This record gives sequence, C-alpha cells and structure tokens, in this order.
Amino acid sequence: MTRRGYRKAKNALFLGLSMVATAAGLAALAAILFTLLTHGLAGMSPALFTRMTPPPDSSQGGLLNAIFGSAVMTAIGILVGSPIGVLAGTYLAEYGRNSRLATAVRFINDVLLSAPSIIIGLFIYEILVVRMGHFSALAGALSLAVLAIPVTLRTTEDMLNLVPIGMKDSSAALGAYPWRTTISILYPAARSGIVTGLLLAVARISGETAPLLFTALNNQFWSTNLNAPMANLPVVIFQFALSPYADWQQLAWSGALIITLTILALSISARTLLALLHRQGSGR
Amino acid sequence: MALIDPRHAAQQRIYERLFRAATLGAALLVLLILGGVALSLLKGAWPALHHFGFGFVTSEVWNEVTDQFGALTAIYGTLVTSAIAMAIAVPAGFGIALFLTELCPPVLKRPIGVAVELLAAVPSIIFGIWGLFVLAPVLQRHVQPWLIAHLGPVPLIGKLFQGPPFGIGILTAGIVLAIMVLPFIAATMRDVFDTVPPMLKESGYGLGATTWEVIWNVVVPHSRAGIVGGIMLGLGRALGETMAVTFVIGNAHRISASLLAPGTTISSAIANEFTEAVGDLYTSSLIALGLLLFIITFSVIAAAQAMLQRLERRALTSI
Repeated sequence: MTRRGYRKAKNALFLGLSMVATAAGLAALAAILFTLLTHGLAGMSPALFTRMTPPPDSSQGGLLNAIFGSAVMTAIGILVGSPIGVLAGTYLAEYGRNSRLATAVRFINDVLLSAPSIIIGLFIYEILVVRMGHFSALAGALSLAVLAIPVTLRTTEDMLNLVPIGMKDSSAALGAYPWRTTISILYPAARSGIVTGLLLAVARISGETAPLLFTALNNQFWSTNLNAPMANLPVVIFQFALSPYADWQQLAWSGALIITLTILALSISARTLLALLHRQGSGR
Repeated sequence: MALIDPRHAAQQRIYERLFRAATLGAALLVLLILGGVALSLLKGAWPALHHFGFGFVTSEVWNEVTDQFGALTAIYGTLVTSAIAMAIAVPAGFGIALFLTELCPPVLKRPIGVAVELLAAVPSIIFGIWGLFVLAPVLQRHVQPWLIAHLGPVPLIGKLFQGPPFGIGILTAGIVLAIMVLPFIAATMRDVFDTVPPMLKESGYGLGATTWEVIWNVVVPHSRAGIVGGIMLGLGRALGETMAVTFVIGNAHRISASLLAPGTTISSAIANEFTEAVGDLYTSSLIALGLLLFIITFSVIAAAQAMLQRLERRALTSI
C-alpha cells in the first residue's frame, strides 16, 4: 500500500472506531431506558401511588410510603444543603475570590463533588446515628444535604461570575453595601442559573441510595416521624430487586422508572434553563 | 437628596458584617465537612485498625464468625473492577469526545452531547438493576461461554477466563462501571478538546494532515493534562461506585484468578454488610474499609482536580 493509502486507511479506521464508540454509548442509554420502560410500565397503576409497600408475596401493594419518604428527605436535604451551598458560592464569587482560603474551599468542594456518596453515609452514621442510637429520616436527609452542597456551591459561584461587572459597579455607585448589591442585584440577575443548580442538586440526591442505607434505612410502613427510619424509593428498589418475589421485583422496576423519569426531567429542564440563559447572555 | 443618615449607615455596616460572616461560615463548613469525614472515619475505624494493625490491609480473611477481618479481597476487587472499567471507558470516551468535537454534524452535536450527559444523570441503582436483570443474563448465555471456550485454554491469560459462567462477577461489574463512568470521561475530554485553538488544528490540516493525524499530533498533545484529569475523575468515580457494583459483583470475599468469578469491592462490602454487622469489631472493620476507600478516592480525585483546575472552569462539566 502506498504511504498515502496507509494514512487514509488509518484515518478511516480511527474515525470509524470513534463513531462506533458514540453509537455504543447512545445504545447503552437507549437499552437502559428501553428496559426501564418495558419492565416499569407493566407495573404502572394507581395502586402504585396509593398503597404502601406490601409484605412478600402479596400483589396488594404500592410505593406510596417510599415515594413520600423520598420526597420528604430530598426536600429537607435541599432546604438544608442549598442555602449553605449558595452562601458559600457567594463567598467564593464576591468576597474570597482568589484568596488562599477561597482557593482551598473551591478545591475541596470539587473533591466533594466527586467523592463516593457511601463515604458521606458513613460520616453521618458516625456523627448522628451512633450518637442518637437509631436510624432516622433526619440522618438520611442530612446525608443528602451534604451531597447537595457541592452542586449548588459550584453553580452559584459560576453563575454569579457571569453577572456583568457593570451591574455590580452601578449598585456600588449608588452607595449600596456589597450585601445589598448581592441580595438585590446579583441574586435576581443570576436567578435562573442558581435555580439550575438547585434542580441539578435535586436530581443528584433523589436517586442516591448508598448514603441512605445506614442513615434512613427503610420502613415497611407509613411514617412521618423524622426521628425514625423512613421508607425511600432507592432503598426499596435495592431491597425489592434483590428479593426472590416477583411482585417485589415488579415494584422495584416501577420505582426505578419513576425515579429515572423524575431525574431525567429535572436534568433536561436544568439544561434548557441554562441554554436560555446563555442565549440571553449573548444578546446582552 | 438628604445627607447620609448615620444610624442607617451603622445599620448597613452591621448587616454587611453579618452577611459576610454567613457566607464565610458556609464556606468554612465545606472544609469542616471534609475534615469531619476524615476524623469520623478514623475514629470509627480505630478499633479494627488497632486490633489488626497493618495486617488489616494484607490479610484476605474475612470471617465474621471468628471475627477475623482483612481488606485485601475488597481492595483487589475494587482495583480490578476499576481497571476493567477504565480499559473499556477510556478508549470509548476518547472516541465519543473525538466524534463530538471533530466529526459530528453541528445539528447533532448538542443532542448527542446532552444524551451522553443524561447517561451521567441516571442514578447508579438503575445501572445496578439493569446490570443484574439484563446485562448479566446476556453475558452468561452468550459472552462468557465464548470467552471460556476460546480464551480459557490460552496460556497465561487463560486463567482469567475459567470456571463456570455465573453471569454476575468481577467482569460484569467492570462492564457496568465502564458504562457508568463513560459519560464523565467523554464529557471532560470533549470540553478539553473544545479548548484547543482552531488555529493549531487548521495549521495541521494546511500541512496536509488527515483528521486522525491532526487529532493525534495536535489536539491530544495540546490537551494532555485535561485528558489525564478526565481519566482520573472517571477512575475516582469507578473506585467509589457502590450500588451498581453491589448488584452484579456476587459478594464473595475471595480472590479468584478468573474474572468470571464473583468477588467483592470495598464499597459493595460496606453496602451489603453494614446494617447486618453484629459486633463492634465487624462494624469497625467495615468503617476501616470506608477509610481506605476515602484515602484512595481522595488522592485520585485531588490529583484529577489539580490537573483540571489549570484549565478553564466550565459550569456543569463534572455534574
């Protein structure tokens, strides 16, 4: 083969492989969604949202208590975690900037963003469950809060940095203190960006299983007591999917479908919001 | 306009101080959390570390009846599953990033990019349940018998593919992990490739280079730090991934030469056994496993971040 032919063949080979890789990645996503839809839709019924998780070998059950528990713990997780993330992000963007402390916080936050969630579960177990002597929904919610902080912190800082400097200067020229500028000018200007961060944080924590295993545990019954174990979708899916009972496995598939659709909807709306924001930004 | 009211100004200064303190407190809390994680794990792991000493890391005995615990099988499983995952996900992620930055028609660039990122948003338990009920049976029926028949008798590597096709096991866990970390690696590499100045690439093409030659000789050398950072970030995820692995690894505290055999990883051992652990030494040993995982993943992720931080920080790349 000529040298030119060899180079062309090599080029075609690697470019072909890259297309194969992309096709394989997309196929994996499609395969997972397809399986979830076929298995999950089979179990979709009103009972799913009106009945409690059943005992083994009973077709008379739903996921109401698990859905409720997941919603409660995710909500508390966001309510506790996101203000901390937003405030810390504000510190990095407005006060700390390039100080040594801010650089350290930024670095540690990026590490926490990728840290295994099971470690956070062990941490909350050590500082809360051991002290209190029992598993509780509160401990579960707090471990989710710890996981929500890095996501909101990072997006808040990035979004505050996108606000045009002129807006900040104008506010300062009117005699406003930085806190007033931040609350009345910067937060409103960066609102959709910060909301994106919150959506991503909800998406991140609502599917977390590992940290809940030894904090919130699980509960077969309806419970609104934050000081007691509480059912939640991920742990129920884990437990039911690995059980030998067909009804439990069916519920696990339905729960998996509910969780995935929720998270994909959240991620897609976050991305849409961000795309709108960038379009606005470039028009300015 | 009226002159500044001194009382108003004093009030403003107090608010300023309070707000600043609140933001600073929140920022310090992030540092505190990491410190707290390290200290609490150390405290929880202390009884086991004290009892077994350094032998905890080198012993492969894991027996809750005789209260003998060693981490070697779990460390082995964690490293091998992650190695399989990286062997698959790094070339595939590189391919996807290459496709998205150099080959993809502009109309498809965004949808495919979003699809890859959505794969990253799917919770790990979904990968677990899919791996157990869909992937494992396929591997057991079609892939593993072929591996055993064709690679089993081969000298040296044959040992890796012997024994019955269980479906679940080290290899399956590695493949599921590969699918999970693929979007992280692909998205990071894509963002890094995007930062290569078009001028450099155009110069390559101007000299008559093929697309592949431009990628291999211009794009890759220019973005080396980012590529390594992305790979390490993916590795950090793979090492610590819990639920997906727990479903398909088989949970056997045994080191087998064969990749088809069941095994265990640090995180899956904790997830499986923690709530059932009776006795302080058992619980403490599991927390000691957690401490090991923390040290390993922290080093890998910190190294990855150090490499990536030099590059432009872009929102949402690692979420």
